[in-house]
Amino acid sequence: MFGTYLRRELFNRRKQTIIISIGMALAIALVIVVNSVSAGVQSAQAAVLQSVYGVGTDISISEAAAAPTAGATPGQFAFGSGSGAASGGTTTLNQSRLETSRTVTAFDATQLDTVTATSGVSAATGTLALTNSTFSGQLPTQSGGTAGGTGGAPGSDTSQTPPTGGADGAGGSSFDVNSFTVLGLDPASVSVGPLSAVTLSDGRSLTATDAGTNVAVLDSSYATSASLATGGTIDIGGTTFTIVGLVASSGADSTTASNVYIPLDVAQTLSGNAGKLTNIFVTAASASDVDSLAATLKTALPTATVSTEADLASSVSGSLSTASSLVSNLGTWLSLIVLAAAFLIAVLFTISGVTRRTREFGTLKAIGWSNRRIVGQVAGESVIQGLIGGVIGIVVGLVGVLIVNLVAPTLSGSATSAAATGAGAGPGGGRGFGAAASAAVETTVTLQAPVTLAVIGLAVLLAVLGGLIAGSIGGWRASRLRPAEALRSVA
Amino acid sequence: MYELNAVTKTYNATKRKVTALNAVSLSIPDGQMVAIQGPTGGGKSTLLQMLGALDRPTSGEVTLGDSSISSLADNRLAELRARKIGFVFQSFNLIPTLTAQENVETALAPLGLKADERRRRAQDALASVGLADRGTHLPAELSGGQQQRVAIARALVKDPEVLLADEPTGALDEATRDEIMDLLETFWRDKGLTLIIVTHDSAVARRAERRLYIKAGAVSEGALVS
Ligand SMILES: Nc1ncnc2c1ncn2[C@@H]1O[C@H](COP(=O)(O)OP(=O)(O)OP(=O)(O)O)[C@@H](O)[C@H]1O
Ligand SMILES: [Mg+2]
Repeated sequence: MFGTYLRRELFNRRKQTIIISIGMALAIALVIVVNSVSAGVQSAQAAVLQSVYGVGTDISISEAAAAPTAGATPGQFAFGSGSGAASGGTTTLNQSRLETSRTVTAFDATQLDTVTATSGVSAATGTLALTNSTFSGQLPTQSGGTAGGTGGAPGSDTSQTPPTGGADGAGGSSFDVNSFTVLGLDPASVSVGPLSAVTLSDGRSLTATDAGTNVAVLDSSYATSASLATGGTIDIGGTTFTIVGLVASSGADSTTASNVYIPLDVAQTLSGNAGKLTNIFVTAASASDVDSLAATLKTALPTATVSTEADLASSVSGSLSTASSLVSNLGTWLSLIVLAAAFLIAVLFTISGVTRRTREFGTLKAIGWSNRRIVGQVAGESVIQGLIGGVIGIVVGLVGVLIVNLVAPTLSGSATSAAATGAGAGPGGGRGFGAAASAAVETTVTLQAPVTLAVIGLAVLLAVLGGLIAGSIGGWRASRLRPAEALRSVA
Repeated sequence: MYELNAVTKTYNATKRKVTALNAVSLSIPDGQMVAIQGPTGGGKSTLLQMLGALDRPTSGEVTLGDSSISSLADNRLAELRARKIGFVFQSFNLIPTLTAQENVETALAPLGLKADERRRRAQDALASVGLADRGTHLPAELSGGQQQRVAIARALVKDPEVLLADEPTGALDEATRDEIMDLLETFWRDKGLTLIIVTHDSAVARRAERRLYIKAGAVSEGALVS
């Protein structure tokens, strides 16, 4: 009887069924689209972060630079007399420096041991982010045979050609300043940290046996722009490195965290940072413990900046972050409002339906139907209406998600490179070339909205919930009807 | 056997208290056919509600056999209605979305019968009111007289002890009225029902063994016709 009555009511009172179902369907379709797009935006953000921080990095640790102290003049080139080779009236100078960016502080590598020993840490690796700056040029020898001066030029371009000639006595000189980022990393543990997210496009990656040797892996787009290739050599801090491989970011159109990757111990020695690190990348044992682990690490390392992935995500800027806030604000609110409206429509229509059927339910009570049977009937009708809405909503929602995926909007985002974490607070360019290291890594990602079983489950749950709410309110109304209503004459 | 002992029913209307039944004492033996007449607002329907276990009196006692209608809980009253009491209404009160056959089956739903048993009994009941071929029709596809026949089948399919009818012919023309009354009378005789009919129509009332008049909540006996 329950099934027959249910079927007949839903079918013969189609208008009511359709209105309630459509309302529910709209809300559920919206929930699915918003959820999927939101997941898509999140994975896009993750992709941007991965290209910078690596896969599986839950926490990153760095130390911001202290205010520059007077007297210390890093980033300056000093050429004394006798520097360079004079020939035919000009002196050719070539000097290369490898040092940490002035915006970060290298800290003692023992901090890595502290991190590794902290419970809740699954893996941790330390890196040393450096900038290699090369000054090369020719100066006329007639002005005393020596040329002094600082090579600092305003601006932060990686390569520049200062004016030749002028009142400074350097007339006729021609020089070139070049800088690129170098990341020293432990070749034995590249599965954590920046190199974990890259794909090898040529040659090989760094391996444990590379420790202590002068080998380098290059970012492939940097290699292209600098006309370098696997098998060739690159000069880093005055030492010649063999290029053993090229890596590219897994995401399209983007660069990896650094231009050049070399073994950590070599980087430490060459840059005069023996036993020092600039960054530690941590993978937490359990994703749910990231926040408490970060707090523990903050206490253990009082001078360090400890950032969780969530902190890092907020550093992503560009159209991606616009999309993210659009989805999380407008999308969430819109789906909540539409959901509430759909629930309200279902409740109001169910109540009005029960009121309209006062005599019907009175009659059923008069011929012996219990309250429970009548409440069950009303609730059953509402739940089925909700479910019909849910099914339509899932179909519409999936079509919506399909459209998003077919349109495949591209979003771009940038996150500050690991090679210069904290660079935003630094003094920037103006005195040297270090500013190049703070260049943000710009990544373009195509938005792909995934549909998970969980989202479908959520949709079904909401549909049933809406039906249950409407059904229990309608059922409650029906249960309060007096059986004597059956005797009421027709209105 | 109905026993009513000083049954009073008052309603709290918006402004004043309405006494619909005023200390009514009455007994109706099993198998009697009773007509209840009286002016509008006199309390006929209210009395029928007391007899049909649709409501409890404000004070006094109502018993049907060994069931005390005035003191049973709601769900026990529903059970009593489901087993012992059949109702026929002036405006038929069929469920508009269900077919004739399904409407008859609604009366069997609370009895926990198997589906095929329910179907068979409903078919038999429809056949007994002459509508064997209308089982799949919706109420809107039937005439008033046919709808009332379906309602009678619904009331009788459970083999009740009592059949209560509130103006069962009030919405029908005279020819149909007589058909319906013939049908009710036949069932009353064949099944040994207690048949209680509220009516304004003296042609209907004249058929009953016993006539009760209710005016302003007070009952008086009319002529006993045999
Ligand atoms: N639910 C109710 N609430 C308030 N007053 C009611 C209610 N039901 C009936 N009454 C009042 O009780 C009195 C008796 O009503 P009842 O329906 O029993 O009369 P009736 O004899 O059946 O009249 P009719 O011939 O018009 O059907 C009337 O004054 C009516 O207004
Ligand atoms: Mg009445």
